[in-house]
Amino acid sequence: MFLAQVVGTVVAPVQIPVLDGRTLLLVQPVDPQGKKQGRVRVGIDHAQAGVGDRVLVMDEGNSARQMLDAKEGAVKTVVVAVVDYIERDGELAYDHRDERSTP
Amino acid sequence: MHLARVVGRLVATQQYEGLRGVPLQLIQPLDDEGADHGEVVVACSAISSGPGDFVHWIDGREAALACPETFVPVDAAIIGWVEQAWSNGRRLAMAEDA
Repeated sequence: MFLAQVVGTVVAPVQIPVLDGRTLLLVQPVDPQGKKQGRVRVGIDHAQAGVGDRVLVMDEGNSARQMLDAKEGAVKTVVVAVVDYIERDGELAYDHRDERSTP
Repeated sequence: MHLARVVGRLVATQQYEGLRGVPLQLIQPLDDEGADHGEVVVACSAISSGPGDFVHWIDGREAALACPETFVPVDAAIIGWVEQAWSNGRRLAMAEDA
């Protein structure tokens, strides 16, 4: 799994049937501090994530098929969690809790 | 899964039996700004895509699952035709804009 920033959305009206009705997000892999790491990916949303969220992305086919209940589906990259905070070496590298609790 | 632009087609008369009839296309992977990123790869197309199209594709073992025959030597497959993609609040250039 890797950390990523949701930077956008993808609309694909023609695609393999297993993806029908799924929300596709453009996710940019980042390090805990938020620095870009490698190429942007397209992920299937499974955490009600949106643009601007820091998320956890799972990139493995078997788990993806289990989660989406798609036995033979060509799926792999799934957004599985929205990150609240990241602690590294005893320090907060990312904290999103205050922004979430703001009414 | 990644974003890419279809840049060409490839035809191989002699090939693995299970791949007969599966279109092979050259795709250029893209970054978060819609710019070229990395090497062009050859991918099977599971949809009716063609040169100039904006697509999303899958790599690894799962790519073969998008093909009609799922036990085939394939590690990249085009699985969706992208009509619109937004990144950092900006609409990425789409095929029809060109």
